[in-house]
Amino acid sequence: MFSLLNIRVGWYLALRQIRRSSRWATVLIIFVMLLTFLNLVVVTGILVGLIEGINDSYRTQYVGDVIISSLETKNYIENSPSIISFLTSLPQVDRIAARYVESGVADANYKTRTDPNDKSNSTGAQFAGIDPIAEDRFSNLSRYMLEGEYLAPDDYDKVLVGHQLLSEYSFGDQPGLTTLKGVKVGSKLRITIGSAQREVTVKGVLKSKIGELSVRMFMVDTQFRGLIGRSDYNVAEIAVKLHDGNDPAAFRDFLLNSDIGRFGKIKTFIESIPPGVADIKSTFAMLGNMISSIGLVVASITIFIVIFINALTRRKFIGILKGIGIKGEAIEISYMIQSFFYATCGSAVGLLVLYGVLVPLIAAHPIDFPFSDGILVAPIPDTLARIALLVFSTIIAGYIPARMIVRKNTLDSILGRT
Amino acid sequence: MIETRHLIKTFQDGDIETKVLKGIDFKAESGEFVAIMGRSGAGKSTLMYQMSLLDEPTSGEITINGRDAHAMSEKEKSQFRLQTFGYVFQDYALLPELSALENVALPLLMQGLSKERAETQAAQALARMGLSHRLGNLPGQLSGGEQQRVSISRAVAHDPAILFADEPTANLDRISSQSVMEIFQELHAKGQTIIMVTHEDEYGTLADRIIHLDDGRIVGAEKR
Repeated sequence: MFSLLNIRVGWYLALRQIRRSSRWATVLIIFVMLLTFLNLVVVTGILVGLIEGINDSYRTQYVGDVIISSLETKNYIENSPSIISFLTSLPQVDRIAARYVESGVADANYKTRTDPNDKSNSTGAQFAGIDPIAEDRFSNLSRYMLEGEYLAPDDYDKVLVGHQLLSEYSFGDQPGLTTLKGVKVGSKLRITIGSAQREVTVKGVLKSKIGELSVRMFMVDTQFRGLIGRSDYNVAEIAVKLHDGNDPAAFRDFLLNSDIGRFGKIKTFIESIPPGVADIKSTFAMLGNMISSIGLVVASITIFIVIFINALTRRKFIGILKGIGIKGEAIEISYMIQSFFYATCGSAVGLLVLYGVLVPLIAAHPIDFPFSDGILVAPIPDTLARIALLVFSTIIAGYIPARMIVRKNTLDSILGRT
Repeated sequence: MIETRHLIKTFQDGDIETKVLKGIDFKAESGEFVAIMGRSGAGKSTLMYQMSLLDEPTSGEITINGRDAHAMSEKEKSQFRLQTFGYVFQDYALLPELSALENVALPLLMQGLSKERAETQAAQALARMGLSHRLGNLPGQLSGGEQQRVSISRAVAHDPAILFADEPTANLDRISSQSVMEIFQELHAKGQTIIMVTHEDEYGTLADRIIHLDDGRIVGAEKR
């Protein structure tokens, strides 16, 4: 079928049919192919990007590239000061954030509750002591202020509260999480960590889509150390951001080999993401592929109908072509080339729209999902694979109707007999 | 050159069987100009379709240059139509999206000629028909007479052994019809074998021989 001669004649026919067909019809078909391409790439890309957004937020707002956290048996990382000073001396390390973390309770109605049987307006929370400047440099935490102000190094007894701890801002009741009612910027809270208690003022409300951050309260580290009585400077988390080009896994291995693993758990940001997120990611990718497959079938049917109608209305001419000795295969190839043309044009425009507009636009303005800042994930090899799939299915969709018409009796076609 | 023996063609429409050709014995020699005439429904075009291998007879034999058409595969028939025959149809049968030049060049390309050679040869064929100034025009931009001349150019550009013409003047005005018939006479004068179906006496009489068909049978022959 694919002899050079048939291809040459098919090409000769196809080129002229495309060039001299209705411009509007061509634009419309290419537009359909463009939409199909975007459906193929963008739907999956957004679904995967939704989860990728979580990964990204984890990395940029919380764990950096690698995080060292306390061992299961300890509340802190032993030798934290030496580890921090070792880390800061390494050329791979761009910046670090060290955090003290303890669990405790925040009580909002401790002043008004006179009867011990009254329901308390309190919640359990994780409290983190941070160096406000270093943390902001590391995670841009101040960007996520929903209300009030970010912490200053000299703030005394002031806290930032994660929005999920406040009923006014949380999603609603969530299992295992009690929210504080009526707490706003300026409200007083009594926090209890172990045997220590202190009255603090809410300086700001923080809104982050990272679950861990949204249920935390933040204090200045010097205050927090005093509150929990930690004079050894041992922190519970050391988040490390590496210079671009450094492999987090390789750096993790380097730290493990440096014996730091004895003092804390070392994980890359991928490893630190809750395992369910990876499952959701693959589920979403599968969903995206299913939706894309439907799009692909729809596009194939569209091209089938377009080529079928085209070939049907040209049945007489196909008959004449066969009558004057043009091989059926050459005619079929001409329709396959036309389908190829529509698919590649649609994909080419799609590539421009995707990488020239959508990816940069969504990267600059992520989609505001409740639990993630969704980006559009469209790796070039995946996109090329999808283009290949689209082009292939379109060619087949163009070939079948052309073959159906070409196989009809030559004279019946010429005379328009059924 | 081309011979039919007891050629029968029957059309079946449900239970109704219509015998259109009822045993045609016909022979055309090389260089001959034969006109097949008869009233509408006599079977003229059907006979031509069988002889030109566009259709399959119900029974009987067709021999072309000594070869039995019945023994040919579809591929061989297609090759035969491409190389040995030329066709001129009543409604010109030009591809609307191909220019005059491209319409003529296409069968030459299929014969394996390069694009340049095919287009040069096509341009020469069109020039012989007085259409040098119309090479780039699409069929829709040409008059009926010009379209028929493009169709004749396409039919003869590859020097076919037999030129089949099915009512070539039926859609043309008198002047264009005469011009087409002059072309046929010129081609015939150069030795082209022509088998033409027509119902117009005026043009039939220009042939060497006229075969009269009626109700699927040859009812008369005139040698001129």
